[in-house]
Amino acid sequence: MAVSTGSKILNNVEAVRETLYEAMKNDERTVILGEDVGARGNVFLITKDFINEFGEQRVIDTPIAEASIVGIAIGMAMEGLRPIAEIQFADFIYPAFNQIVGEAAKTRYRSNGEYTCPLVIRTPYGGGVRGALSHSVSIEALFYHVPGLKIVAPAFPADIKGLLNAAIDDPDPVLFLEHKKTYRLIKGEVPEGHYTIPIGKADVKKTGNQLTVVSYGLYVHWALDAAQQLEAEGLSVEVIDLRSIRPMDRTTILQSVEKTRKLLIIHEDNKFGGIGAEISAMVAEEALFSLDAPIRRLCAPDVPAMGYAEPLEHEYMSSPAKMAQAMREMVTF
Amino acid sequence: MAKTDTKANALDRRGLTDEQLRAIFRNMLLQRQLDNRGFQLNRQGKVPFALGSEGHEALQAGAAMAFERGKDILAPYYRDLGLALGIGLTPYEIMLSIFARAADHNGGRQFPNHYSSKHAGLMSFSSILAAHIPHAVGAAYAMKYRGENGRAVLVTCGDGTTSEGEWHESMNFASIHKLPLVMLVENNEWAISTPLDKQMGQPEIWKRAAGYGMPGKRFNGYDPVETYAVVKEALDRARSGGGPSLVEGTCYRFLAHSTDDNDMTYRTKELVAEARKNDPVPAFEHRLIEAGVMTAADVDALRKDVLRETNEATDKAEAMPYPQASDLYTHLYEGAWQPWQ
Repeated sequence: MAVSTGSKILNNVEAVRETLYEAMKNDERTVILGEDVGARGNVFLITKDFINEFGEQRVIDTPIAEASIVGIAIGMAMEGLRPIAEIQFADFIYPAFNQIVGEAAKTRYRSNGEYTCPLVIRTPYGGGVRGALSHSVSIEALFYHVPGLKIVAPAFPADIKGLLNAAIDDPDPVLFLEHKKTYRLIKGEVPEGHYTIPIGKADVKKTGNQLTVVSYGLYVHWALDAAQQLEAEGLSVEVIDLRSIRPMDRTTILQSVEKTRKLLIIHEDNKFGGIGAEISAMVAEEALFSLDAPIRRLCAPDVPAMGYAEPLEHEYMSSPAKMAQAMREMVTF
Repeated sequence: MAKTDTKANALDRRGLTDEQLRAIFRNMLLQRQLDNRGFQLNRQGKVPFALGSEGHEALQAGAAMAFERGKDILAPYYRDLGLALGIGLTPYEIMLSIFARAADHNGGRQFPNHYSSKHAGLMSFSSILAAHIPHAVGAAYAMKYRGENGRAVLVTCGDGTTSEGEWHESMNFASIHKLPLVMLVENNEWAISTPLDKQMGQPEIWKRAAGYGMPGKRFNGYDPVETYAVVKEALDRARSGGGPSLVEGTCYRFLAHSTDDNDMTYRTKELVAEARKNDPVPAFEHRLIEAGVMTAADVDALRKDVLRETNEATDKAEAMPYPQASDLYTHLYEGAWQPWQ
């Protein structure tokens, strides 16, 4: 954990950047590969100037070929490097689906532990940035079904640093999701020095006793805004930031639900087959008789993605106001 | 083809010693015997599935002879029995894979012929075609990045796999970074039931090398000596910083795709019989005898020895235990695992 002497204020982009920089500094086996990560320094400037310091052998501008970005990173990992592959936008990860699901997730398992795949795949996801159909999707539900992968989606700078360090240190493949709207929107204190946050541990971002809200990514911030509104109305909501999607933190969710007796799951991804479905099922299996209200999920509608036009994006996305309304209904149920 | 009119011309040995030539031939005989055994065991109901590489014997035994054990890495596909044997896997290890026993490198998890051996430098791979080729490229990148001169990656695939996008992506990346990689295509003209002319409009795969700015060569995959020479030249180039190559060996798939395939639903007996006239195993036997490397009696003794080794490997592997049901749950991640924590 933390071995820090102080802290500083970073936004989410800076937190990713600083963590990657330290990883490159500390371990020569670390290489970064992806589209436009070198000379351009990534489209969000996360790896800006890395190529000057670490060289083009370690900061690799790849051809536009996502399947082989991941596939080549797998081969590097199998033969002793510690690659950090970047998919420029999560929407572009589909061509790499087999490499992630069929190969990275199964390397250790299929070789009975002879080969391993210590690989991090970073990608920006999520909407609210007028990203249209192909620069705004959430992809976590497509991958969280897959044993062999780990998936994290932190939303705060300090969590990003701790979990990205954990992902880089991890001996198995980790899909690291960065909500792109939070990149420069969200700032926070980040401890200095190297520290990790265990993958699979959620964090209670606000305590309360009348309703448990479970969320992750951008929507944690909006859920916190909404919970503050309710606080002013005298209603007490607990907000859990999952941070990790696979594995998921059953203990934190159940402890909270046992206390509040109500559960609202909020995520930006589609409702049908989404992360909320698994959480709902788990709570129904483990704590049904503790509930005083039906579990509710506030999620995206069942359409492929948010449209480019402002009203289409607005309709697809939730909002602090919609969240506050759902919370009110749950608390007063 | 090699000239066989005089003893002197019978064998252009391309630097191979008598011992190496005999090792190549032994590998070829072993491939055929083990292939046969897999199919027999399947017909006896002892194993659910087997896959053969008949027709590829010379190509694989010759290519494996160019592989440097302890240095090079092999990233094979599922029809590479002879390459696996040639780089050091034993018939016993092969039979463990066929019988899916606990002592198999994969612990009985994978199909037969999906070898894996970190010790031998054989990269684990799945059944998904071309998915392993970027892994080979990544391994070659790691070698180059670490400045490991004198090492190279030999990656193989069939003709059908060259249609996959990852095949192209891998060649392109290897070319950009001048990686120590040899792409060896084993062109047996069939992708299960799909013939070459339905797989590609231009059937000479080696010609694609020009498009990637790398050397390309086609060779007779029925000739293990020529195969050795071509693959060795390419590997030597890769090992010495000369970058990647694309080499294509021609051969024919004499057997059905697998024990679950009936090739008579898409090709004729006559077609296969015609192809078998070029069977590389008797052809090489003939050349070795002609050249005086082996006598007919030597060959006879070798056949008996290969059969003995196959029988012993079969019996020993069959007697080994299956994995336990509890082994289903191991080696998913490092350490114990639950999706809910």
